[in-house]
Amino acid sequence: MSGAAAVLKASSGNAGGRSTRYEANAATREPAWVKWSILGVSLTFFAVFLLMPLVAVFVEAFRKGWDTYLAALIEPDALSAIKLTLIAALISVPLNLVFGVAAAWSITKFDFPGKHLLITFIDLPFSVSPVVAGLIYVLVFGAQGWFGPWLSDHDVKIIFAVPGIVLATVFVTFPFVARELIPLMEAQGKDEEEAAVVLGARGWQTFWHVTLPNVKWGLLYGVILCNARAMGEFGAVSVVSGHIRGLTNTMPLHVEILYNEYQFAAAFAVASVLALLALVTLAVKVWVEKRAGAAGAREE
Amino acid sequence: MASRSNRVLPGFGLSLGYTLVYLSLIVLIPLAAVFVKSSSLGFEQFWNVVTAPTVVASYKLSFGASLLAASINAVFGLMLAWALVRYSFPGKRLVDALVDLPFALPTAVAGIALTALYAPNGWVGQHLEPLGIKVAFTPLGVLVALIFIGLPFVVRTVQPILEDLDTEYEEAAVSLGANRWQAFRHVVFPTLMPALLTGFAMAFARAVGEYGSVIFIAGNIPMVSEITPLMIITKLEQYDYAGATAIAVVMLVFSFTLLLAINGLQAWTAKRTGRER
Amino acid sequence: MSPSRLFVRPVVAALAAVSLLSAGGAQADTTLLNVSYDVARELYKEINPAFVAHWQRTAGEKLTINQSHGGSSKQIQSVIAGLEADVVTMNQAADLDVLAKSGLTGADWRKAFPNAAAPYTSATIFLVRKGNPKGIKDWDDLARAGVQVVIPNPKTSGNGRYTYLAAWGYALSKGGNDAKAQEFVGKLFGNVPVFDGGGRGATTTFTQRGIGDVLVTFENEAVLIDSEVGGDKFDVVYPSLSIDASAPVAIVNKVVDKRGTRKQATAYLNFLYSPEGQEIIAKHYFRPRDPAVAKKYAARFPAIRTFTVEEKFGSWEAVQKTHFADGGVYDQITVKR
Repeated sequence: MSGAAAVLKASSGNAGGRSTRYEANAATREPAWVKWSILGVSLTFFAVFLLMPLVAVFVEAFRKGWDTYLAALIEPDALSAIKLTLIAALISVPLNLVFGVAAAWSITKFDFPGKHLLITFIDLPFSVSPVVAGLIYVLVFGAQGWFGPWLSDHDVKIIFAVPGIVLATVFVTFPFVARELIPLMEAQGKDEEEAAVVLGARGWQTFWHVTLPNVKWGLLYGVILCNARAMGEFGAVSVVSGHIRGLTNTMPLHVEILYNEYQFAAAFAVASVLALLALVTLAVKVWVEKRAGAAGAREE
Repeated sequence: MASRSNRVLPGFGLSLGYTLVYLSLIVLIPLAAVFVKSSSLGFEQFWNVVTAPTVVASYKLSFGASLLAASINAVFGLMLAWALVRYSFPGKRLVDALVDLPFALPTAVAGIALTALYAPNGWVGQHLEPLGIKVAFTPLGVLVALIFIGLPFVVRTVQPILEDLDTEYEEAAVSLGANRWQAFRHVVFPTLMPALLTGFAMAFARAVGEYGSVIFIAGNIPMVSEITPLMIITKLEQYDYAGATAIAVVMLVFSFTLLLAINGLQAWTAKRTGRER
Repeated sequence: MSPSRLFVRPVVAALAAVSLLSAGGAQADTTLLNVSYDVARELYKEINPAFVAHWQRTAGEKLTINQSHGGSSKQIQSVIAGLEADVVTMNQAADLDVLAKSGLTGADWRKAFPNAAAPYTSATIFLVRKGNPKGIKDWDDLARAGVQVVIPNPKTSGNGRYTYLAAWGYALSKGGNDAKAQEFVGKLFGNVPVFDGGGRGATTTFTQRGIGDVLVTFENEAVLIDSEVGGDKFDVVYPSLSIDASAPVAIVNKVVDKRGTRKQATAYLNFLYSPEGQEIIAKHYFRPRDPAVAKKYAARFPAIRTFTVEEKFGSWEAVQKTHFADGGVYDQITVKR
């Protein structure tokens, strides 16, 4: 994840022709049998572990035909699940975007003690088990939790309602934007910003006109990943959802419910929408990388 | 804070302040709740919970399968990254884009898809069954799911380093009489090693905590195929919050240590390769 | 625009959106939330509209009933953690005792409705593959070597707990003592290839994944699969002795008092005992309490000898402590396998 900056830079260099520059160069060329074995093994691995599950989702989804497929998607509970998923993503992504920018700005433009610790804390949600992620909010906001009695007295619902789902989503997608921006802004240093400030630009102008154009593609990349994860989170959301049909089920939870009701075709239909979202995400990502590559090439 | 005097850029207080407040609200304070709750157990009880036989068996599975999955991903991920950087082949763009699929695909969807594939009557499972190989509902199924979610980490950390690698070194190695394998072994591989380790560690950390994709395919047999996150869920479902948080504490401490190590590794790599990160 | 406004704005907007949404949940209609166990989904999908129509007719009020399903213990734990259920409809008394202990409902919940507050019962029975190739007739056959038994996890599912207790009770009834019973149940659970979290997961594993020779589950679930999912693929087998799985219901006092829904919630649960409710219950292969309805559907429910938890084990509380608590008999059995 942290290599995104480099990915952005690198994927522009090699848009793919007949053969790569490595293959044209005798010093970096492997014997044909080595090349074909590496290609064969790695692509088989890819097909078995990545491609097949994806294909399986779509095949299962259309097993009972288009009618069942569409019916599964326009059913009120499915629609409300789709709506809730979009809401959760729509709230959590901007929150983490703002946080990511603020964190990256403070970490990369200034020196202060404890920086590594701070970065590690920012990374933490990324490796915390989703189950624990849900649990912590139950501990804090649940009826038996720290703020539970107060919330209940004031009739504020967090757990088992939309805010709890949003919170869990924010947690699991917490590091994505920051993690993309930090290496990128680090690599760019702070000379340009300092020059702008010295020339009389105000802080906000400096950010808007100097920093942002430099990092916008990385920022977008982070947002895309953040969004994908926000829409797909299962474990953490499952713990805080309450599973009320039509009210607090997100799409991944709705998939599980349908699956548990023997509606396998419908479960996979909703799953296929999520898979489709994942594919669109990846398509947008490729497009972003291309644009970033083109922008990078222009600069050079 | 000695460097304050020569700070030119504005917004330090605001951005760091906001970062710390947001971090505390969303991550640190809720995580602290886990520690506080588990401390209600007292040391002896805590120890009993986290060393109960079924829990220990789940550590073995979670950490063992994650380690194995991350190792497999390190080998095949490296090969895939190599193929993506060094060779041209039809559909390369597509493969490159789809490597990120496990990031974007909801884990529950991955779980049911993998189960549908590897169950004894599934597409793949039915061909493995006659050979006596059972994947779904065995530790092997857990491994398959963990390989799935971990693959992009290795590919995406190795790929950029490989792209950046100057061919001059390999050319020099060849002109000094090294064969291709020696050039790879002594020139290319040492450069890739830190990135490979980082990718490995990230895949490992992610796999240990994974729940959604594993739970459908694991079979959840006590002592055999119960993963650690499931132990937390099981405790929760028996109204045992303190017990659940005790296991959560073990996992949290592990995650944090591993992340600290990864970040240290990255800092060390940056210093070694002279790249500013 | 100053930087501080840049940061503050989205946060405020997001918070406003959140509060708007949560406010949106409380609509004009009176709503009831029924938090229930895993395999009662289809039942309440049919009960709810029937009661809504009934309430519209008798009280002239439009109701919306929301339902939430999952493993029974998990569901109760969510209610305790703040899931605002007006009523809970579970499959074992132990879960309601836990709820009572938390103060959300009265300790005397059994007295609030007829039949110890259980509007219907079920029993634990077997579902085997067509033609019963392994010749499974009774509990003894499940403990045989080479038979694979699919049971949901007793730690997380009431369904699995009933199966465990039914097997234990069967061993006792054969003249065994607790040590013999433990050995028997240990053998039986040693034959389980997959422990799913809830009843539905186990059904899926057995029917869709083709795992196991026999599924042990509630009568309603087994018969439902037999008749709807794959009638030509499975056979139902009734063992010689089973456990009486009464499904208790309760009003969550704290919630209905706060939301002012006691009247509707009480009527909702009483509706389960009405002939109309009992009829729907029988249609879903749960054993009704109403004698007239029971007679009408007698063909669906073969006579089966059952025992209650109280008869063989004293109380649910004792069961929980001896068998399912951490380090209890169940843990000892699974660690040994």
